[in-house]
Amino acid sequence: MNEHAPTILAKTPLHELHRRLGARMAPFAGYDMPLHYPKGIIAEHLHTREKAGFFDVSHMGQAILTGAGAALALERLVPADIVGLAPERTRYTQFLDEDGGILDDLMVTRLPGREERLFLVVNAAGKKQDFELLQERLPEIRLSVLGNRALVALQGPFAARVLSDIFPGIEELPFMGWRAVEYEGAGVFASRSGYTGEDGFEISLPAHVAVKFSERLLAQGDVAPAGLGARDSLRLEAGLCLYGHDIDVTTDPVEAGLAWSIGARRREEGGFPGFERIRAAIAERPARRRVGLLPRAKTPVREGAMLSSSEGRIVGRVTSGGFSPSLSRPIAMGYVETPFASAGAALRTQVRGNPIDVEVAPLPFVPHRYFKGANRKDRS
Amino acid sequence: MSGERYTSDHEYVRVEGDVGRIGVTDYAQAKLGDIVFIELPAPGKRVVKGEQFAVIESVKAASEVYAPISGEVVAVNADLEAAPASVNEDPLGKGWLVELRIANPAEIDDLMNLSAYEDFVKSLG
Repeated sequence: MNEHAPTILAKTPLHELHRRLGARMAPFAGYDMPLHYPKGIIAEHLHTREKAGFFDVSHMGQAILTGAGAALALERLVPADIVGLAPERTRYTQFLDEDGGILDDLMVTRLPGREERLFLVVNAAGKKQDFELLQERLPEIRLSVLGNRALVALQGPFAARVLSDIFPGIEELPFMGWRAVEYEGAGVFASRSGYTGEDGFEISLPAHVAVKFSERLLAQGDVAPAGLGARDSLRLEAGLCLYGHDIDVTTDPVEAGLAWSIGARRREEGGFPGFERIRAAIAERPARRRVGLLPRAKTPVREGAMLSSSEGRIVGRVTSGGFSPSLSRPIAMGYVETPFASAGAALRTQVRGNPIDVEVAPLPFVPHRYFKGANRKDRS
Repeated sequence: MSGERYTSDHEYVRVEGDVGRIGVTDYAQAKLGDIVFIELPAPGKRVVKGEQFAVIESVKAASEVYAPISGEVVAVNADLEAAPASVNEDPLGKGWLVELRIANPAEIDDLMNLSAYEDFVKSLG
């Protein structure tokens, strides 16, 4: 119950709407953000899995890189195949440091049109540093930070139907597809992606239409607002990494289980920071791996809990842990030494001095339900 | 003396004879959010005023609960193991945590009565 408020918190364009919806606000990455609404995290979480949840993620950083060779230039900083990214397609990748450590993770979309343009969405906590990195390392490419846009997510099995009332045909967009649409004359970017494991969309739109657009979504009986609390429990069930917890500069994409996001051509050619370490990790198996963890107890096992082998040696650490509303039980993720990283491996931890058995489990805890459309498989 | 007495940490004590029933207030449960697990002391344990005696795990975090008075645990609310959300639904009723045999009745007098506690909660904004 210790709450502390930094002196000045930024507000998203939807701040006043959150207040009206009765949100409990909390500081996150320098923003005053909705943690949950009156129904609470569990109800919001389950509503998103069953129908559709509406999330304000306007604190995240949005920017456009413009210029001939922008994709090739961005490949100097990330291991994904950006040159091979088709227009109106989105790809997940990471900014890496010289040791292959993850500086931040991001989504990259190639925009349509004659000019070469990439739309980036980066984490709130990392955006200042990410944009500085881009300016410093890609001086020939123009960086336009989109400071006056909101970003909202509509996630859940009803998301496509609800959004197609506003943007007819949007339901045909496949997972990791992208489309420019209009709302009241304003330019809107709709991406079929998200951070919950459900089908859904992330929608970037100018701040001046954000409240009206959000109210229209929320007026649908099947849409309920969901805060950062539900966003975290949903992504944990989906086995998705939270930057600063499950991935950071001390982890590389291979041990993090993100090797699928490294392009085949990039594995051969390299040309991104930390290539040697990452090539070795792919070839020789990493020394540790990110895994799912099922505590055999009713108490959640939280970030920072150490994991030991049956002989009592420390072999890993929990990086995200909490309660799964969908499974009604504690779940966690963490890194363990590779010999202990197979599903079913028996580990131990302690919570408040009490020993707890923990079993290594496959990720995700709750199956992904992305809309793959026809013949598209961008993400496992 | 009647009714509950309250602490600035949002615990309450309801005194019946030499036993005090302890729980958290409605304000506390709302702040905690959805409660998913509660760790309670074993019967027989002696708890000391101001020290942690229980832990409430909500979806988002673990929170310590401090003893509003000193005493020996004479009963714990075993129903909370299966239904921790009772603390959200009915914190002053079926969501009680433990009963203590009161070690020092004078400690009760130091706690706030309802109107003082309500003023305190209002002052938190």
